[in-house]
Amino acid sequence: MATAAASSTAPLSNAFLPRLGPNGGAKSTRSLQWAKNQRQRSSPRRFGAAVITAKFELKPPPYPLNALEPHMSQNTLSFHWGKHHRGYVDNLNKQIAGTELESKSLEDIIIQTYNKGDLLPPFNNAAQIWNHDFFWESMKPGGGGKPSGELLKLIERDFGSFEKLCEELRSAAATQFGSGWAWLAFNPRPSDGKELLVVKSPNAVNPLVLGYIPILTIDVWEHAYYLDFQNRRPDYISIFLEKLVSWEGVGAKLAVAKSQAA
Amino acid sequence: MALRALLTRKTLASAPRLGGAAAAASFRGLQTSSLPDLPYDYGALQPAISGEIMQLHHQKHHQAYVTNYNKALEQLHDAMGKGDAPAVVKLQSAIKFNGGGHVNHSIFWKNLAPIQEGGGEPPKGSLGWAIDDHFQSLDALVQKMNAEGAALQGSGWVWLGVDKELKKLVVETTSNQDPLVTKGPSLIPLIGIDVWEHAYYLQYKNVRPDYLKNIWKVINWKYASEVYEKECP
Repeated sequence: MATAAASSTAPLSNAFLPRLGPNGGAKSTRSLQWAKNQRQRSSPRRFGAAVITAKFELKPPPYPLNALEPHMSQNTLSFHWGKHHRGYVDNLNKQIAGTELESKSLEDIIIQTYNKGDLLPPFNNAAQIWNHDFFWESMKPGGGGKPSGELLKLIERDFGSFEKLCEELRSAAATQFGSGWAWLAFNPRPSDGKELLVVKSPNAVNPLVLGYIPILTIDVWEHAYYLDFQNRRPDYISIFLEKLVSWEGVGAKLAVAKSQAA
Repeated sequence: MALRALLTRKTLASAPRLGGAAAAASFRGLQTSSLPDLPYDYGALQPAISGEIMQLHHQKHHQAYVTNYNKALEQLHDAMGKGDAPAVVKLQSAIKFNGGGHVNHSIFWKNLAPIQEGGGEPPKGSLGWAIDDHFQSLDALVQKMNAEGAALQGSGWVWLGVDKELKKLVVETTSNQDPLVTKGPSLIPLIGIDVWEHAYYLQYKNVRPDYLKNIWKVINWKYASEVYEKECP
């Protein structure tokens, strides 16, 4: 995985962890490594101008495109990452060229163009870049199984059991009508004491705009599953939970989210 | 009694029948809907739209909307009978999604025709003239609909409609399964093009613009003209 290009001006503000200081602040090395690699930008300085402009780059998944076979085919990855995800990156770069958004982080662009729900044109592309980066991270070859440690503890506290969590995730993913995403997210300011919640969102919307910190996502746009499962979205969701989800990754993201909120 | 009602519904749903979205079964006084037959074979629109897509689209997607619409109507019927207002309101989104899906797809199958049966033949008569009046040319209309269809984020439809009050043609898009009427109470759909990914993905993958370019080869302008002449005699 390519590392983030050093930028001499912008701090390493991270698309996923807005309040992290320069050293990351995360306790686990692995999550820091993950955090550091989130943003890739090439930063050509414009000659004679004080403004630094940078283009977003398409980040590859943290595994080869055939690594999720047979549960998610290489064919699907080649279109989903190689065409859809790449398209969002190319289109956002075109949209922000020459605008004040050009110097902002991906997360800043998302929040600004969400515009409290009155979406501005770059929102769809910006959010979809973020969402897809996150989606690849939510899976791993040989995934599935059960979470453990702190993550399992919080799941059992806030959902009653791991099985209940899976039920809620399945339901959210299956009932998100049209295009969208289902999420497990961390709420840093819960009014009911429950820090973990399942959220579903339409099209490109993600829980960042609601003030939550995502720790897991399932893409339920039809392009995510149609080549492998056609209309059978529930089967795709089951395979995702049984064979693809990376609970280690989710646990790492939870640790970072908690340290941020502390 | 419940068992008999269930059998009646299942039999009627699987019996092939022509005629559109009209009620096909009734039990306990509730009119439910059934999947309309296609007036052509699944493979008849090739190569513009593959037989595989047509079969999945009709037998799986449209059927699911019909099934879930009927389920929601039943639940609505119960909630209304009990005077359960919160439940009635809560069911509105399921009815809009699934009923909208049924309504929209019922129109869509009529919007398409094999080339041998006039698919792709440009509109003549009053609709043809109205298109030239409003859009300068059929080609300009097609470009406009393709641009709007391609730009639609997520799932939805692109429509050619007629405003029956103003007697004007309009191009509109709707999200998800919202019918055209959600964009204006006097809008009547003439042509709807489904741009949900399930409508094209197996064949065209991410290249929605190619699907839009090709679908015009099988658009049934005869049906659109009939509807237009009824609203604008």
